[in-house]
Amino acid sequence: MIEINNLTKSFGKNLIWKDVSFQIEDGETLAVIGKSGCGKSVLLKHLNALMYPDSGDVIIDGQCVFDLNYSELRLMRQRFGILFQGGALFDSINTFENIAFPLRYFTKKTEGEIKKEVEEALDMVNLKEAGNKATSELSGGMRKRVGLARAIILKPDYLLYDEPTSGLDPQTSDEINELIVSMADSFDLTSIVITHDMHSVLSIAEKVAFLDSQKLSWFGTIDEMKKSEHPPLVEFTTASEYKIKA
Amino acid sequence: MEALKQLGQYTLLLYQALRSVTEFSTYRENLFNEFVKIGYQSIPIIILVGTFTGAVLTLQTAYQLDTDLYPAYIVGSIVAQSVIIELAAVISGLVLAGKVGARISTELGTMRVSEQIDALESMGFNSVAFLVLPRIFAGVLMFPILYIIASTLGIIGGVVAGAADGILPAAEFMKGGRLFFFPEDVVFGILKSFVFGFVITSISCFKGYFAYGGAEGVGNATTQATVLSCIYILLADFVLAAILL
Repeated sequence: MIEINNLTKSFGKNLIWKDVSFQIEDGETLAVIGKSGCGKSVLLKHLNALMYPDSGDVIIDGQCVFDLNYSELRLMRQRFGILFQGGALFDSINTFENIAFPLRYFTKKTEGEIKKEVEEALDMVNLKEAGNKATSELSGGMRKRVGLARAIILKPDYLLYDEPTSGLDPQTSDEINELIVSMADSFDLTSIVITHDMHSVLSIAEKVAFLDSQKLSWFGTIDEMKKSEHPPLVEFTTASEYKIKA
Repeated sequence: MEALKQLGQYTLLLYQALRSVTEFSTYRENLFNEFVKIGYQSIPIIILVGTFTGAVLTLQTAYQLDTDLYPAYIVGSIVAQSVIIELAAVISGLVLAGKVGARISTELGTMRVSEQIDALESMGFNSVAFLVLPRIFAGVLMFPILYIIASTLGIIGGVVAGAADGILPAAEFMKGGRLFFFPEDVVFGILKSFVFGFVITSISCFKGYFAYGGAEGVGNATTQATVLSCIYILLADFVLAAILL
């Protein structure tokens, strides 16, 4: 379980959000929504201490991640997989090596075992033939799928997605949404998805956290969101072409 | 205030790099790659710089000492000592600040803004051990070798230019060179190149590692890395000369 308690973050004098608190139960899929620039990705980077807050805690299975020393933090980070917005693939190595990278450094698997696992991961994200491609040859959607394959290769407990469908056409977005659901089911993952794509939210999430006006403006289940009359949330969700209130 | 913050960040980065020295398995592969990129791939430019520095210095020194007051071989003495003590290390350093420093800051800066460094850290990787340490190590180990190549070729360039231009025969040049040759000057040159290697790679790693703001940010980081490397090479050159000569 991930507990976020009174998290406050600012960059210089620019307050991002204040006193953000919520919980994510094991096995849940949470969507964090909000306008561009409201600090969704910043919040994501606090979950595994890629960023540190001004105050507040992120507690994972009873342990505050900000209290860990660097060695403990590195072990804890291995429990997370992250799909970054642009994939964050290492461009000096090919697709296969990108996915194999964590296995080579964090496990003692043989070349044969690594090859088998990478091929399985590529198959899972429907990119069976892409192993030998340079990352520069991959399309936006392919990059995200390779990033996803790399994120799950160490079988993490938590999978974080930063804008998984941004910049993709609707068909590819649907494929990514299906992958997110199938990953969560196959590996019994706790997933946190940063997005402003309401179609994605409705396809994948069980709970929603809405960031607005430098705070956690609303938190609840998908059904509660559909019924909610919280004005900023209604304004945000109905601005989407998928007018969920309609 | 900003300068103090940067100094603090730079010191912390070096401290983290130093603490990561024991993680050899993390940086072993990158270390050998950097030996090739910083050392081997810099040899052509160092051959060019070293040879022409010695050749031009010979022609200009001969022109300035075109009098019967000094024996001709003194040109060899001046050129050999200048190359060994100063020019091979400093000119190579300034050229490599552009070639090596710009590459390092651009590489790391691009990795930072495209979240590749975040990806490494999020996997539980020590990104400083993986990216920064091998570059600094390779710099401090390869620069002295490049200095030796540059100073050797500087003298050879001087000998060839002197002989080809009819200023002084090769034997006279070498006689002058040997007359004022002190092994400690070579040690001083090696020490300088070691320091310059550290200055260029550490500043470039620092600027690249903390780059922000997309393509423009990477461009700024690269410019700052190159300019700062040149400034600190000249400062270090002065300080070392003041202390050790």
